[in-house]
Amino acid sequence: MQTMQARLSEILQEAKTQLNNSETINETESIRIKYLGKKGQLTEILRSMGKLSPEDRKVLGQSANSVRKEIEELLEKKFDELKKIEKNLKLKSERIDVTEPGKRKSLGTKHPITITIEEISRVFMSMGYSIAEGPEVETVFFNFDALNAAPNHPSRDLTDTFYITDEILLRTQTSPVQARTLLKESPPIKIISPGRCFRCDTPDATHSPMFHQVEGLLVDEGVSMTDLKGTLDSFAKQLFGNEVKTKFRPHFFPFTEPSAEMDVSCFKCAGKGCRVCKGSGWIEILGCGMVHPNVLAVGGVDTERYTGFAFGMGVERIAMLKYGVDDIRLFFENDMRFIEQFK
Amino acid sequence: MLVYIDWLKEYTDVNVDLDSFSERMIMSGSNIENITHYGRAIEKVVVGRIEKIEKHPDADKLLVCLVDIGQDEKVQIVTGATNVFEGAYVPVILHGGKLPDGTKIKKGKLRGVNSFGMLCSAKELGYDDKNIPVEHKDGIWILDKEYPLGIDIVEALGLSGDVIEFEITPNRPDCLSMLGMAREVAATFKGNLRYPEANCKNEKGKASDYIKVSIKKPDLCRRYVARVVTDVKIGQSPWWLQKRLMYAGMRPINNIVDITNYVMLEYGQPIHAFDIRNIKGKEIIVDTAKEGELFTTLDGVERKLSSDTLLINDGERGIAIAGVMGGLNSEVENDTNTIVVESANFSGDSIRKTSKKLGLRTEASSRFEKGIDPNLAAEAADRVCKLIEMLGIGTVTEGRVDVYPGKVEAKQVLVRVDRVNKVLGINITKEEIEDIFVSLEMEIETDGNNLLVTPPTVRQDLQREEDFIEEVARIYGYDRLPLTLPKGNKESKKTRYQVLRDITKDALIGMGVNEVQTYSFMNPKGLYKVKTSSENKEFIRLINPLGEENSIMRTILTPNMLEVLAINYSRNIQDVKAFEIGNVFLNITQDEGLPTERENLCIACYGPGEDFFTIKGIVQEMLNKLGIKEAEYIPDETIDTYHPGRCAIISSNNQKLGVIGELHPDVLEQYDIDVRAYCCELNFDLIVNLADAEKYYKPLPKYPSTSRDIALLVDEEINVGRIESIIKDNGSEILEAVELFDVYRGQQVPEGKKSVAFTLTYRASDRTLTDEEVIEVHDKILIALKDGCNAVLRDM
Repeated sequence: MQTMQARLSEILQEAKTQLNNSETINETESIRIKYLGKKGQLTEILRSMGKLSPEDRKVLGQSANSVRKEIEELLEKKFDELKKIEKNLKLKSERIDVTEPGKRKSLGTKHPITITIEEISRVFMSMGYSIAEGPEVETVFFNFDALNAAPNHPSRDLTDTFYITDEILLRTQTSPVQARTLLKESPPIKIISPGRCFRCDTPDATHSPMFHQVEGLLVDEGVSMTDLKGTLDSFAKQLFGNEVKTKFRPHFFPFTEPSAEMDVSCFKCAGKGCRVCKGSGWIEILGCGMVHPNVLAVGGVDTERYTGFAFGMGVERIAMLKYGVDDIRLFFENDMRFIEQFK
Repeated sequence: MLVYIDWLKEYTDVNVDLDSFSERMIMSGSNIENITHYGRAIEKVVVGRIEKIEKHPDADKLLVCLVDIGQDEKVQIVTGATNVFEGAYVPVILHGGKLPDGTKIKKGKLRGVNSFGMLCSAKELGYDDKNIPVEHKDGIWILDKEYPLGIDIVEALGLSGDVIEFEITPNRPDCLSMLGMAREVAATFKGNLRYPEANCKNEKGKASDYIKVSIKKPDLCRRYVARVVTDVKIGQSPWWLQKRLMYAGMRPINNIVDITNYVMLEYGQPIHAFDIRNIKGKEIIVDTAKEGELFTTLDGVERKLSSDTLLINDGERGIAIAGVMGGLNSEVENDTNTIVVESANFSGDSIRKTSKKLGLRTEASSRFEKGIDPNLAAEAADRVCKLIEMLGIGTVTEGRVDVYPGKVEAKQVLVRVDRVNKVLGINITKEEIEDIFVSLEMEIETDGNNLLVTPPTVRQDLQREEDFIEEVARIYGYDRLPLTLPKGNKESKKTRYQVLRDITKDALIGMGVNEVQTYSFMNPKGLYKVKTSSENKEFIRLINPLGEENSIMRTILTPNMLEVLAINYSRNIQDVKAFEIGNVFLNITQDEGLPTERENLCIACYGPGEDFFTIKGIVQEMLNKLGIKEAEYIPDETIDTYHPGRCAIISSNNQKLGVIGELHPDVLEQYDIDVRAYCCELNFDLIVNLADAEKYYKPLPKYPSTSRDIALLVDEEINVGRIESIIKDNGSEILEAVELFDVYRGQQVPEGKKSVAFTLTYRASDRTLTDEEVIEVHDKILIALKDGCNAVLRDM
């Protein structure tokens, strides 16, 4: 009995020492088997207890169980510890170079002209304008006559405008959509019309036989020139930044009276004068004016009751200014290295 | 319009500095294109007199001049100019001097002879070649008279001066004159307008004794004024006159021509002078030419006229093309004694046509084209005479021969103060409006709150109330109008079409396809290069294209898209995925005689990762997004654009949406593309019609599904699509999905056969399916496959 007690302490001691020195899960497992396995030292002691007197068995049983419990706890602790080490080693071995490039699913992009049209449209849609579209091949009537263009105006010449027949042409502006809308709808009318236009210009860095415009039209009761200024000033600030200033200069367009051109203070140099604004501090952005009564009358609008304003801008020009593109031909060449810059 | 400010001051006062002047003129509607400052940055250039000229000892083409510059010692200067002579007054730049272009002049030796400066040409002093007087345009500037020697040239000739180039809009031809601009300046700065002196004091003889005038075509010639000057002494104009012409962009020729040009610049009225010696029968007849009539203009070119050319004739023949150019046969020459001064008004349309037909555009023709007030003609003619009298170069005869069939009177227009304020959105008083109109030389009658306004007849642009409202606005100042927002409100809409187009673009971009934009016109050759079918060759042609390559409206997008692939391929870009949604133009006449215009969608790609199924996948995913889920891909070998074994017609609801395929190698060869490329062109209008982008919720499955894999041995010709549709047709409502997972040819599969394997998923929404239910349907499918395409089930 005494010897068995001593043996138990010995076993505990030995197990402690061995566990302390154990460095792997396998080693620890063999320690577990050595002491707690079916043929383990502690198991054997427990098994041999049958020979003892009930009193001794009780006392020794308690001791043996407490030793077993202690070893079990130690084993669990050791296993946890080793698993943690092992996991850490695994994680360490799995290190990757996170600075290597990602496996990208490449997005496409809209064309920069589409992007610019959408930005312009977004601003005007937020002000309640709808989008109207019209044909690229137009009649002389809608492209010129209905817009109050003088019958002998040089822009009607074959040197300026592409014709398909004497009466049919490629629209030189998106303004015919104004005339079409005026004929189709009654006031209040509030539209913008983005689209392609065509003029007989040989392509070079600043000219293209095809280009885009966004035209706008508002016809309602009580629309005045101050509304025109307010609307376009707000547009300029939304498109180019809140700090830009606008300047309206008198100009001439056949379809508006009074007419104006709007300049914005150069957003590149804040009006100090630079290459973009050619030193003037101002950049011409669009033409506008109060819709000429002759144009309203074509649409059957009561010109005493209703007034309106219209504006038009070149999309390529705005895109070139915004993105710093210096050659308009890039837009229609469609080199992917160019297009993909607008992702 | 070039406006020399010092000249302008003759007609009105300019009391502000150049910057404020420019800014306020821009804001009142005279936009500025450019400002030139003459006489600036010239240093150490003085008046000198050439005392002696000797040949250079060692150079034939050089002369050695001794020049008096008002100092004790004369200056020796070597020059290469040939127009110098002893006694000539010339500009001399001295050692250390500077020319306006920044050139510094230093003393030096020219072929061994000392030169202490340089004799200057007008060009060297900053004048444009085309404006330099004929007398010295190719040499040293020979000054017109004696000036104190040694004084600064800028001071001696009054060279300092600013010239503003104004942009004149087409509605304001009246501003193509000094008086017109002065009227604008006076209105802008609330100043006065001073008209030039035009009354002669010492007239001798009667004009009507010298010349008769008749107008045969009063619709083309609204007025013809002739005055006669005798004893003309042709010579060089005085410097002040030459200077004004030069600064206005015209070359001084001789005193008579210069005066006609001067008056044209002053009034905007073109003037022509004839030598009366050459006017046969002493009469002028304004008539149209005979068809094919030959006529030599004073530039020496013989021109063929047509029956609508307005011609100035004498008793026998043409002597000038009206409003365009005078004839060689009646030009003023150095020995001319008596001249007829023509100040006429010709129809702008007629002059434009003639000028265009002859390809001859002159200062006069471009002014007539834009429209001139006929009431100017008499005063302008008088002014020419007055200047001749002032310069003492002729004797003016009394009276004008003035034929003016229908006098143009100014129209009175009603301008309502309320309307002005309504359109402009401000509150300007009647008095303020009146002030503005008066400053623009208008006459006003008031009628309560209404004004009856008569503009000067030079203002042909003022026809309607709106035109007067603009006058109020620009003189009041656009910058003084406040910023307001319109009071009315309206909802913002996009059409269903526009929304679906946006969705389509977004879907394609999400799949890595880039949008491109190509011209709406194309090269007709493109249709042949892509070997398209004949229906696409029914195109619309431009009358006046920029070139064959842009001469027709595109009927399909593929050729322009292939140009995009080609240009990228030629630039070594490895991988291209592109799409365009754009109009095509079909030669089918619609309302208003317009062709049919509709949008197509074209997608194309090439690159290492691309094959037929990648582009098909893009199209399927996109159509799926648009709710077109049941599109069929019907193999087609007949479309020459595509590889015969890799092409399909896409259709939905028995309507053809378009074509997809690998491009035919012959087509790719046309575009120098050496890799496989793929393309799909669809009728986008039709897609939008069929689209159903609305989403409906389907409850998530509550009961489990069961799957069965089958492998079928079929003939090589049997398409997967056919097998799939047999499976679907027989699957009843419990077949949830059919998915192809393998196509195998090779070992254990006989030649001419293939093995295709599918996973069939069965599920019911309201119960767990029993084995029996599944087997029943599954067996039915297998039988149908056996019957339909002789498919044999293989062991899995």
